[in-house]
Amino acid sequence: MNLLELFRKKSSAPVARERLQIILAHERAALGNSDLVAQLREEILAVIAKHMPIDHDKVKVAMDRGNEVSLLEVEVELPLHDQQGEPVRLAATG
Amino acid sequence: MAKVLVVTSGKGGVGKTTSTAALGAALAKTGANVAIVDFDVGLRNLDLVMGAERRVVFDLINVINGDAKLNQALIRDKRIDTLSLLPASQTRDKDALTEDGVDRVIGEMREKFDYILCDSPAGIERGATLAMRHADVAIVTTNPEVSSVRDSDRIIGLLDSKTMKAENDERIDKFLLLTRYDPARAERGEMLKVDDVLEILSIPLLAVVPESQDVLKASNLGMPVTLGSPASIASKAYTDAARRLMGEDVQIQIPTDRRGLFGKIFARKAA
Repeated sequence: MNLLELFRKKSSAPVARERLQIILAHERAALGNSDLVAQLREEILAVIAKHMPIDHDKVKVAMDRGNEVSLLEVEVELPLHDQQGEPVRLAATG
Repeated sequence: MAKVLVVTSGKGGVGKTTSTAALGAALAKTGANVAIVDFDVGLRNLDLVMGAERRVVFDLINVINGDAKLNQALIRDKRIDTLSLLPASQTRDKDALTEDGVDRVIGEMREKFDYILCDSPAGIERGATLAMRHADVAIVTTNPEVSSVRDSDRIIGLLDSKTMKAENDERIDKFLLLTRYDPARAERGEMLKVDDVLEILSIPLLAVVPESQDVLKASNLGMPVTLGSPASIASKAYTDAARRLMGEDVQIQIPTDRRGLFGKIFARKAA
């Protein structure tokens, strides 16, 4: 820690204010639609599963609510081998 | 005409019961007929804060179920004779509150009192929605802290949709009661300021109650702070709030006990 940091006043209230403004803007907009993220996740996974086997435990879904835009992140781990050890070929299965 | 007020917040521990007791006593001191009603069925505490815990015989649920008459359940305050308390049941749970029962009890109370203050339980479930159902005025109790502000926003949404006023397309008056405020910390940027909370929640301000040791002292003694320590900064804020609720035009200020050196010396001598 340098000396400057010791003297610099740290204000946490503006951070609180900004976080509240962002989360409340989203919560007000999403009223009655609170399971939107869960629904999106299911539908997106269903589309992927139509074409390749995926492990539902290896799916990460994250939401980052920003001031201007929100980011829905869906990370799906694609297996190289299926449960029998056979290589997975990416082809339409359904 | 009787006015029904709900003291609500969403989050627990922000000062609903303390504020109900303090505002109820401040209103009753003006001579108005006031009843305070504990809706926190199963976790009653308004009786304790009012110092009436040993006088409870019947409660709100008894009246709803017809086991007791309203008059038998009301506890008249020993210090202010225009103030009455209707306690909650300690043994039942919130399912014992029925919409019809609450309709009937509040209707009967409207005939007897000028002001009926309903102390809401925390949360957004049945107990909280029934406490706010008949309200003409809502007092949204909030601490200058992120989780409390967020929950208050949620409660404001419920007030605009779940109350009888909302269902009849009428407007319910909503006011912010900001409690446990520390002006010095807010000035240093360590706490949300009054204006921050007002801007975020966008409802008019009823009063700012500063953090004060007198609040705990009064509840230790079973006194509303407006009776136990009438000269304290918290009492000043609650008394101003009560006057505003009665329609008086009182300028909003945040009471402080910052005095000069001489002020402190004289205050000590006077005490």
